[in-house]
Amino acid sequence: MIHDFGIVWDQRGLLMSGLANTALLSVIAAVVSLLLGSALTPAMMSRRRAVAGAARAFVDAMRCIPFLLFAYIVYYGLPSLGINFDNWSAGLAALMLYNTAYMAEILRGAWAAMPREPIEAGTAFGFSGVRLFRRIVLPGLVLSAGPVVGNQLIQIIKDSAFLTIIALPELTHAASSIQSRYYVPFAAFITAVALYWGLCLVVEGGVNVLRRLADARR
Amino acid sequence: MNALPHPVLNVVGVSKSFGAVEVLSDISFQVGKGETVCVLGPSGSGKSTLLRCINWLEKPDAGHVYLNGEPVGVTSAGVVMNDRRLSQIRTRIGMVFQHFALWPHLTVLQNLIEAPLQVQRRPRAEIHEEALALLAKVGLHDKRDAFPARLSGGQKQRVGIARALAMRPDLLLFDEPTSALDPELVGEVLVVMRDLAHEGMTMVIVTHEMTFAREAATRVLFLDRGRMVETGTPDQFFSRPATERARQFLQRYAAEAVTAQR
Repeated sequence: MIHDFGIVWDQRGLLMSGLANTALLSVIAAVVSLLLGSALTPAMMSRRRAVAGAARAFVDAMRCIPFLLFAYIVYYGLPSLGINFDNWSAGLAALMLYNTAYMAEILRGAWAAMPREPIEAGTAFGFSGVRLFRRIVLPGLVLSAGPVVGNQLIQIIKDSAFLTIIALPELTHAASSIQSRYYVPFAAFITAVALYWGLCLVVEGGVNVLRRLADARR
Repeated sequence: MNALPHPVLNVVGVSKSFGAVEVLSDISFQVGKGETVCVLGPSGSGKSTLLRCINWLEKPDAGHVYLNGEPVGVTSAGVVMNDRRLSQIRTRIGMVFQHFALWPHLTVLQNLIEAPLQVQRRPRAEIHEEALALLAKVGLHDKRDAFPARLSGGQKQRVGIARALAMRPDLLLFDEPTSALDPELVGEVLVVMRDLAHEGMTMVIVTHEMTFAREAATRVLFLDRGRMVETGTPDQFFSRPATERARQFLQRYAAEAVTAQR
């Protein structure tokens, strides 16, 4: 068994590049889906029924598809419609689109739950437009939605493991290729689990900082 | 009522409906410099809506509002102002809210500094110094680094008043400032408001505190079902109300006060 872990240690370069790719994929997907989600949120809250309905339909549809199936559709399905991706673009696109729905729903919930009066006070004190959003609305939104967005980032990290099926060289793919080459399944997969765990701890640490800031203000 | 020569606030024929319900009907009044005007009336009489029409948190359907002779919300030519222009005018009208409406992500001191710094763009050192003096004035100097969530209702409302004063407003609006407070915390807020009245701050106060209105107001407006039924000095209004509706209103309050004392 020690010997197995020795083999994994020898292949640490491969695992580390897998870990780096997983982190890169997750962070890019999280940032882009948060941006796209915050653009989708006002659409979901629109007074025009067609706009709100279309946004709601997208969000609900996304949230009800298993991510693995969605990744299959993007990578294997879309080319038959004439849309071709390499595995990196397909993986990233799948992660981003899928999580845009979640981020939009998270932000919509946080926004709807925000008390109106402080925002109205902002207006009464001369804030308007972008300045009102940036100084009064956004800080509250970050504090209340921050922990949930952090949890979603953990979800993205775990979902990114599915992208091994389209041969994206992320962490699960790295572990899988080490075990198939040297027949050390336990050592390879446990090491990958430990690395996922470490990555999530980093995210969790960031979330806890936000949570402490929010608790002091609640 | 005689027209004042240079009123701080001039409300002319303001009307407002929500759907088919007319909440305010052709309200006109003026407030002179240093006056404390209390707006009284039963619940649902349109008092709060009237206050919110003054700084255009509610857009009046008809009528005009002038602050120191300058139109608020619509220009003299009848064109609705852009947000930027309206915001500039709003910085000169302080507002104190029923549920405090402090900014929860900022400390007490930051709540006072935020708008003068970000909107009025006055020098930081000056704002800071004034904010500390205002906190001392409302008795909360030691709470300057606390977040609003850690304060009692009375303390929150005193911060709310200090925040409004930090803008150096020409006019201060109070929207039922003690209605959300536990009875034992009402006094500490009224003390601050009474001091402001004595110092000659120009104020319009929507309130149910009859004793306060009687003692501190220079003038009382009585609203009922969206109409201004009566206006006069507190002495006139409370001792010799001119209308039947005002008499009924005051009787009901007197009865409640007796019940409360028992």
